[in-house]
Amino acid sequence: MITFEGVTKRYAGGTVAVADLDLEVPNGEITVFVGPSGCGKTTSLRMINRMIDPTEGRILLNGVDVATVDPPTLRRGIGYVIQQAGLFPHRKIVDNVATVPHLLRWDKRKARERAMELLELVGLDPGLAGRYPFQLSGGQQQRVGVARALAADPPVLLMDEPFSAVDPIVRTSLQDELLRLQSELRKTIVFVTHDIDEAIKLGDRIAVFKVGGHLAQVAGPATLLADPADDFVREFLGRDRGIRRLSLVTAGEVRLRDDNLIAERTDVVEARDRDAPWLLVLDKDSRPRGWARTSELPAAGTMAEAALTPYHGFGRDDSLRGALDAAVLSVTGLAVALDGDGRAVGTVSREDLLGGLHG
Amino acid sequence: MAEEPLIRWDWIGRNADRIGGLLVDNVVMGLAPVAIGLVVALPVGLACARWRRLYQPTVGIINVIYSLPSLAVFVLLLNVFILATMPIVVVPLTFYALAVLIPAVVDGLGSVPDPVRQAATAMGFRPLRRLIQVELPIAVPVVIAGLRVATVSSISLVSVGALVGKGGLGHLFIDGWQRQFPTPIIVGIVLIVALAVLADGVLILAQRLLTPWARARRTA
Ligand SMILES: Nc1ncnc2c1ncn2[C@@H]1O[C@H](COP(=O)(O)OP(=O)(O)OP(=O)(O)O)[C@@H](O)[C@H]1O
Ligand SMILES: [Mg+2]
Repeated sequence: MITFEGVTKRYAGGTVAVADLDLEVPNGEITVFVGPSGCGKTTSLRMINRMIDPTEGRILLNGVDVATVDPPTLRRGIGYVIQQAGLFPHRKIVDNVATVPHLLRWDKRKARERAMELLELVGLDPGLAGRYPFQLSGGQQQRVGVARALAADPPVLLMDEPFSAVDPIVRTSLQDELLRLQSELRKTIVFVTHDIDEAIKLGDRIAVFKVGGHLAQVAGPATLLADPADDFVREFLGRDRGIRRLSLVTAGEVRLRDDNLIAERTDVVEARDRDAPWLLVLDKDSRPRGWARTSELPAAGTMAEAALTPYHGFGRDDSLRGALDAAVLSVTGLAVALDGDGRAVGTVSREDLLGGLHG
Repeated sequence: MAEEPLIRWDWIGRNADRIGGLLVDNVVMGLAPVAIGLVVALPVGLACARWRRLYQPTVGIINVIYSLPSLAVFVLLLNVFILATMPIVVVPLTFYALAVLIPAVVDGLGSVPDPVRQAATAMGFRPLRRLIQVELPIAVPVVIAGLRVATVSSISLVSVGALVGKGGLGHLFIDGWQRQFPTPIIVGIVLIVALAVLADGVLILAQRLLTPWARARRTA
């Protein structure tokens, strides 16, 4: 656990970057520091590994005041990832990753093996090990930065806007990767960002800072969205706060109806008896083919001959936001729940999706 | 005079020993200032990079010395050293080398990206180790670029020393000029240019070997 106790940082010149911060960062979780530019996120983060020393107050790492620990020794036990990766341009990837093991005087071979292991862990081709940093894309460099921070298996990881310099698609995959890693590694992570979506996606707990270095609220993402502490937080979360909440709930829980699913070999006469304005026509493997409007079915024949409208599906692991997106996209107002093999398991309407939120 | 050829090869043959001796002198007097300059510029440059306020005055002083008319300095030094020995050339050329190398060291250290320096600190490098293992290696390309300029100019500037009795291949210019005889002048020019090109080539090669990561960046 990292504990901030009455921590204030006043820079020469008088700027108060952090004002009387009391905060606990629990072990094994991702705590996100979020807030507008200049609100003291980086300063707070860097006081943990003593890149900056507080003017007042103290910071405890598992009960030990960090001010009593020799900074380089302290830092070798704390991983650090920054926005520009900050890889050493003159060292090959494998040596970049093995930086801290080298500093800790690990056996050379062991350090190398560990570096190779980490490259794989962060999803990089081990064939990149012999390259220099400039020969990698921004996203790859950032992965190397994460691997380097994890090399000596530090219990604590500090990340300062690590993914904000890469394009949105790469950013999403880096975020997913971090969540996957964290589910295995259970590090104590402090993650700085000014992107509220990123905070909500990654944070087990989110600390919202205001300019002037004040802590506005600390809460889990669901609580934060449902119950912002004040106007500042409400405004910072943005107008689509409600919609954002949907991304925190998985769609696996929603109640589905399946009386509007119909096999394509079914006779239209029988179909007309169904009590539904739209019928989802399934092929012989139960995969959806499209929607048929009950009132416009052909006079005779099977459902295979009905005119079809495209359907929009979601997976059971998607968020409610994904399910709602599918429902909104479809002219029927219905989203199709699919299992892992693409078979339809049921449908759900916009209204039911939103109703579920408050239930 | 009219049928006098531009180059009299027989003169070169007869004077090979002397030319060889002057060539060696030129190499020694050209390279010594750069070597001394580098040894001095490294700590001075490091100090200037560490304490920025030292930088401007240091460069200022060196530049004033650098800007003194070279001949005047040679003559002045001749009085100091009395005999025409190597120092009368090596000392001023060392200042020339410093005027190039101190900024090169400072700029080289300045070329270390801030995130890299911060990352090194955050990984747990102590300052000295960070300097030796991270900052200096990254400064190498800029320092070598400075070395190339210093070396090439130093090798050719040695010849000015001939006017005060110690100038390596420059003596060939005086010979030729006094006797209205072009062969030594041409030999002198060719050899100086060849020396400079050779020294530059050696430095380029050294740069490639020392900093493969920088070469790759250029061709990328
Ligand atoms: N070395 C410094 N000297 C003086 N003031 C500083 C220094 N570093 C930061 N500040 C000031 O302290 C405040 C907090 O800075 P900090 O870098 O912690 O903000 P941040 O929340 O990380 O912002 P951003 O999102 O832009 O990175 C700002 O007003 C900044 O100008
Ligand atoms: Mg910051």
